Amino acid sequence: MVTIFGKPLLLLYGQLTLGLINGAFYALLSLGLAVIFGLLNVINFAHGALFMLGAFVTWGLLQYLDIGYWPALVIAPIIVGAFGVVLERLLIKRLHGLDHLYGLLLTFGCALVIEGLMRNQFGSSGVPYAIPSALQGALHLGFMVLPLYRAWVVIAAAAMCLVTWLVIDKTRLGATLRAATENAPLVQAFGVNVPRLVTLTYGAGVGLAAFAGVLAAPMNSVNPNMGSNLIIVVFATVVIGGMGSILGSIVTGFGLGIIEGLTKVYYPEGSATVVFVVMVIVLLVRPAGLFGRAA
Amino acid sequence: MQLSRRLLLGTAAAAATLPVQRVRAQDKATIKIGVLNDQSGPYRDTGGLTSAICAKQAVAEFNAQGFNVEVIYADHQNKPDIGAGIARQWYDREGVDMILDVPTSSVGLAVGGVAKEKDKAYINTGAATADLTGKACAPSIVHWSYDTYMLAKSTGGATVKSGGDTWYFITADYVFGHQLQEQTTRFVQAAGGKVLGSSAYPFPGTTDFSSFLLQAQASGAKVLGLCNAGADTVNSIKQAKEFGLQTRIAAMLMFITDVHALGLDVAQGLTLTESFYWDLNPRTRAFTDRVRPKTPNNWPNMIHAACYAGTLHYLKAVQQIGVAAAKKSGTAAVAAMKAIPTDDDAFGKAYIREDGLAMVPSYLFEVKKPSESKGPWDFYKTIQVSPPDQAWRPLAEGACPFVKS
Amino acid sequence: MTFGFTRAQAVALVAMLALIVVAPGVLYPVFLMKVLCFGLFAGAFNLLIGYVGLLSLGHAAYFGMGSYIAAWTAKYWGFSAELAILTGGVVGAAIGLVFGWLAIRRQGIYFAMITLALSQMIYFFALQAPFTGGEDGIQQVPRAPLFGLIPLEDDMTLYWVVAAIFLLGFLAIHRIVHSPFGQVLKAIRENEPRAISLGYRVDDYKLLAFVLSAFIAAIAGATKSQVFGIATLTDVHWEMSGEVVLMTLLGGIGTIFGPVMGALVFGSLETYLAQFGDWVTVTQGAIFILCVLAFRRGIIGEIGARLRLVL
Repeated sequence: MVTIFGKPLLLLYGQLTLGLINGAFYALLSLGLAVIFGLLNVINFAHGALFMLGAFVTWGLLQYLDIGYWPALVIAPIIVGAFGVVLERLLIKRLHGLDHLYGLLLTFGCALVIEGLMRNQFGSSGVPYAIPSALQGALHLGFMVLPLYRAWVVIAAAAMCLVTWLVIDKTRLGATLRAATENAPLVQAFGVNVPRLVTLTYGAGVGLAAFAGVLAAPMNSVNPNMGSNLIIVVFATVVIGGMGSILGSIVTGFGLGIIEGLTKVYYPEGSATVVFVVMVIVLLVRPAGLFGRAA
Repeated sequence: MQLSRRLLLGTAAAAATLPVQRVRAQDKATIKIGVLNDQSGPYRDTGGLTSAICAKQAVAEFNAQGFNVEVIYADHQNKPDIGAGIARQWYDREGVDMILDVPTSSVGLAVGGVAKEKDKAYINTGAATADLTGKACAPSIVHWSYDTYMLAKSTGGATVKSGGDTWYFITADYVFGHQLQEQTTRFVQAAGGKVLGSSAYPFPGTTDFSSFLLQAQASGAKVLGLCNAGADTVNSIKQAKEFGLQTRIAAMLMFITDVHALGLDVAQGLTLTESFYWDLNPRTRAFTDRVRPKTPNNWPNMIHAACYAGTLHYLKAVQQIGVAAAKKSGTAAVAAMKAIPTDDDAFGKAYIREDGLAMVPSYLFEVKKPSESKGPWDFYKTIQVSPPDQAWRPLAEGACPFVKS
Repeated sequence: MTFGFTRAQAVALVAMLALIVVAPGVLYPVFLMKVLCFGLFAGAFNLLIGYVGLLSLGHAAYFGMGSYIAAWTAKYWGFSAELAILTGGVVGAAIGLVFGWLAIRRQGIYFAMITLALSQMIYFFALQAPFTGGEDGIQQVPRAPLFGLIPLEDDMTLYWVVAAIFLLGFLAIHRIVHSPFGQVLKAIRENEPRAISLGYRVDDYKLLAFVLSAFIAAIAGATKSQVFGIATLTDVHWEMSGEVVLMTLLGGIGTIFGPVMGALVFGSLETYLAQFGDWVTVTQGAIFILCVLAFRRGIIGEIGARLRLVL
């Protein structure tokens, strides 16, 4: 059997595939974070909690309204996105122009409240959610058995990343957004309602988190703490990619997924820390992250 | 002025749990029980308020004559320093006589240190570490419901006997996970089985287990041993199912609440060990029927049952030696608990061993198929019952310092 | 005023001293000691954010390692209390030297992120290294006698010692801020390029401030481990780094008394909310939201602004 550093090659192929899947997930989550940071200059610490809400809304739709996975894929991000819009209008808007620290603390507070309320309502051990019947089963790739659902997650996440990137980089709306990031008063002067643009952007970023939540519901335990476990890694992804850089988040997300996957094979205990090692190295070599511009 | 405001408030709170005609309370002494556990974090459902409700149930049923009983509770947030801080304050300032529950081993041990130092009663029902009746034991500590040894022996031994003789472990990388893996390994090897490998993953913070599951699969082991708890166990099992793992899964620590979270579709066929199940016999059903109306979302598991049984038995001991003596010395109260045989609806007749371990039977359960389940929370089939003398670590092996052999 | 205190600050100092003396008669001394330790910790953090404008998200590393080292030396090497605490402080300062040297090369949010990432490595070390006892931590650390002579088992005796350590640290921070060195730090905070153009070696100043802050944070952690007889992962976890930010913000960034007030409020919340069971996190979150929206200058900062005083 062919081995690399004592591990069979076939096992490594499998692990790389898994890393890619997790990477897609990180990319999707950090994408929303990057979009929000880019325009609002807010580090959205509530992102994990909103991701969790996405998963719970998916579960709730099935439980109470008998709405299945496929419609939920559209409905849940809209519901949670609308909640995000309310959050922005009520709270985050008031911090416009202040230091990052305040936005971070405010959203951290929001995360505590949301998670606490959900725990009080649904308990901490979580609720079950099954894989949709169309995606049950597995693909036999030769080196591993890939569950159909995971394959779908990669495709869906990658497609969503691509769409978001295209919208921001290639469309007129995206151009306005980028212009507002550079110089809001000027864009406002051109007759664009910038505050509304900001609110909707936040809603869209939150919607992305919720979309990831829907994708996660059948794979992970749907419980109120599911987001807080992810937030730090996702946060690191955005920083390594360069704060606010869409492409940076996507590339870093996939890259980190793969690095983490390999660490899980050779030194599993370190798989949560490797992200930070990468972060230190990247920031020491490139002051503003891989794709960021120095301030 | 002998009566403080706190005492008055406490008396009022205790009176609320007692029949109305018994309010003539001011001249009676009060025994105060503090339930200390996770009420806002990941172990909220396995302990949480349900533990306090079960303790109050015991207080109401015991119906103390001649003294009042008050139950208070607090959240230790799974942090040893916060837990130890609250325990210190309760024993020192609030007049708490007995602390109950205290899940997660690190907090459980930290509170044990305080109980030992202050000579106060401490009934742990929530922590897994066998050290509470081993090297960290104390004459004022009782450990009731489960520990790593008992889980390892029941699930590990029985699985090998039924053909699962090669193992791969997925282990949460902290003391509890490693202890559980180490002890399970002993029983697997003693029964003639072999451990083919293991992966220790970062805890907390891991949500994706597929990488470890694949490594387990590649090892060719027949049994996948999960040395973790709570959402990690749920995630591991859910993803094992997704990846179509053909191995048997032995969840080394799993509660009925976790089975509920997974759903029977996914959980069917798992084997696990608990010392209590609501549907064991008429007495457990009667107990559950009495508690259920007060815990709308949660059915009692072995931790909750032990909170009930431990409180009931502690009150019997207090009754016997008198309130003053029990308040003065936790060791005296616990000594009385050891002297009286236990008898309650949750665990039946049993006793507390010299080192503080509650000698109750342990049960190996298999999770039912959805078609076998007849109602809500009808989850378990009993596969094996281990009588107390076989379920737990022998007294001598624990090396508890104050036990003279 | 002497010692660089304004009149208002002197009044506040006297009030604080009076509180420290009176409080143990009313409140539980162990709780007060915890508040004092956190107050010192927040003061150390405030030295960086309030006076140099550096947001460190990794202060738990110094606090926690101070705690571990003090616990270890007291339990296994039989160090006396002051020696154990000092050793903890020195180790914290050494880590601060290395981390600070790496982190000050970056600005703003990237500085914060490097400190966070580095402190996560300390956390990982604490989780893996055998001497820290992993999840259980170092438990049942004996309260070592002061100077090897004065026993500290009694809560009140220990309280006075902790109060003395706190006051020493508090005055040291005040002294640093009001020294010529401190003036340069403030100049860097206000306008770094200008400080450079004036010929100051800005990086050296930042690094020294970083090390001092790490040292005091580690002293605070070391003292806490002596009070509770326990050093655990909680102290090195990133949540602890977050909590110190909250305490400082709650009390008032850039005020000398703010961190202490913040620690008092935060400690009270943590202790007294515990009995509200599952509402702890919700209440905490609501308070943070309220704090950020309604009084951003923090309690002391807000009072100071109303009374037009520097506190």
